[in-house]
Amino acid sequence: MRSRLALTAATATACALVLSACGGSSSSPAAASAAATSAAAAATSAAPTSAAAGAGGVTGTIVVDAAASLTGTFTALGKSFEVAHPGTTVKLNFGGSDTLAAAITSGAPVDVFAAASTKTMAIVTAKGDGVGTPTPFAKNELEIAVPPSNPAKIASFADTVKSGVKLVTCAATVPCGAAATKAYAAAKLTFKPVSLEPDVKSVLTKVELNEADAGIVYKTDVLAAGSKVLGINFPEAAGAIATYPIVEVKGSKNAATAEAFIAYVVGSEGQTVLAAAGFEKP
Amino acid sequence: MTDRQQARGRLPYGLLVPAAVGVAFLVLPLVALLIRAPWSHLLTLLATDDVLTPLRLSLETATLATLVSLVLGVPLAWVLARLNFRGRSLLRALVTLPLVLPPVVGGVALLLAFGRSGVMGRWLYDATGYSLPYTTTAVVIAETFVAMPFLVVSVEGALRGIDPRYDEAAATLGASRWYTFTRVTLPMLGPGIAAGSVLCWARALGEFGATITFAGNFPGTTQTMPLSVYLALQNDPEAAIALSLVLLAVSIAILAGLRERWLRA
Repeated sequence: MRSRLALTAATATACALVLSACGGSSSSPAAASAAATSAAAAATSAAPTSAAAGAGGVTGTIVVDAAASLTGTFTALGKSFEVAHPGTTVKLNFGGSDTLAAAITSGAPVDVFAAASTKTMAIVTAKGDGVGTPTPFAKNELEIAVPPSNPAKIASFADTVKSGVKLVTCAATVPCGAAATKAYAAAKLTFKPVSLEPDVKSVLTKVELNEADAGIVYKTDVLAAGSKVLGINFPEAAGAIATYPIVEVKGSKNAATAEAFIAYVVGSEGQTVLAAAGFEKP
Repeated sequence: MTDRQQARGRLPYGLLVPAAVGVAFLVLPLVALLIRAPWSHLLTLLATDDVLTPLRLSLETATLATLVSLVLGVPLAWVLARLNFRGRSLLRALVTLPLVLPPVVGGVALLLAFGRSGVMGRWLYDATGYSLPYTTTAVVIAETFVAMPFLVVSVEGALRGIDPRYDEAAATLGASRWYTFTRVTLPMLGPGIAAGSVLCWARALGEFGATITFAGNFPGTTQTMPLSVYLALQNDPEAAIALSLVLLAVSIAILAGLRERWLRA
């Protein structure tokens, strides 16, 4: 009896340990894929012009750490860069900017870092892990995302704080939440969200499923979500624009290719792809 | 006693090596957590309401989820173990599905069922204007959804270990089915139920994915300890480690306490 009980408990515990590991990650690459497809088309047509820059040791593999919100655009840019520079391989690693920054400062072998905020970039540069000054390559603006039926009839930023409106934002510790907090403070509005989400994709999920009347997300996220949500511009967003900087990581074993990739992102090819996904010029 | 000693003499020592590797594998990450813990300023990190509020919420919701699981799960386990009917293995697979479902998917599924535009939730919302997401009730529902299968699987296993002839003997002595269940089956099932409850409670306490997806995250109403740890991890890893230690310490204290009291059998 006793041993049987112990056995049952042990089996179930083993299951629990395996399963609870699934709990953490919640970002959905599917949302970004729509942007990636259109971006890839734009990039392929632009690719041949940059082939001339392929001289000077631009070959081999580079590792690029990029913010999760760049998943669609950087996947497309990585592919078109490889086409423009035969012999190169761009290994992309997406994640929260702060998580990536922490990995780089503790010695992860990364060649290029693209962050979603100057604050997270500063974590890397403060430790002397960046080569030179980071280059801003894109800007992202906040937008109100509402379900297509707009059940709470949101028309302005002030509408999102009306009583009875289920507002969802990112937690203040995440860049999108910090930006939302800043925008509400600048507009002198007190906001009472029903939930503080860990990332921008979770905010979108709540809106897409019609469980939130309004969510504060980035313009690029609304665009990537397609017809599943409706985006509402608001002038107060101008007070909380996110700047995306990119930098070569110190100790890169393939500096020439890393520099070429940064030039590619900052250059016209990169800007075309980024603009197609809803990013603004830096 | 002599039987047991003889059995010990034939113990396959080859098992000890993988067992030791197993222990090291399970314990090493916890040791790493202890080594990296910010011991010098642990108290300053923890001396805030930011710790007590989610901790209390976690303990309350995990306990409620376990109680709900007991009320629904023990009868369910009995059905699976004792009743013979077509489609029983299909039912068992369905019931244990939350075990293999990524919790975040479970959370989305709960939204689709009980959200204000969900299959059931829409009906509730239209009738009363009440919607479950973003409430503490939603936290309990999410935890129950993920944790109840652990209880069902444990209790079903324990039920199968009990010789059904005890039930038959009770029946031949004139006991009704209900009397047999409450006076014969249930007492023999005690240790199985206790083990299942402990597993279920532990799983509910650590629940993250389904909770944050279905119930959201707001301090005081839906922010449980694992949610609080995850968010702290984003900008203050030291605080996250400190919070994890509290959750670990509390769960070890409770589990060890229960084991002494209940699982001695």
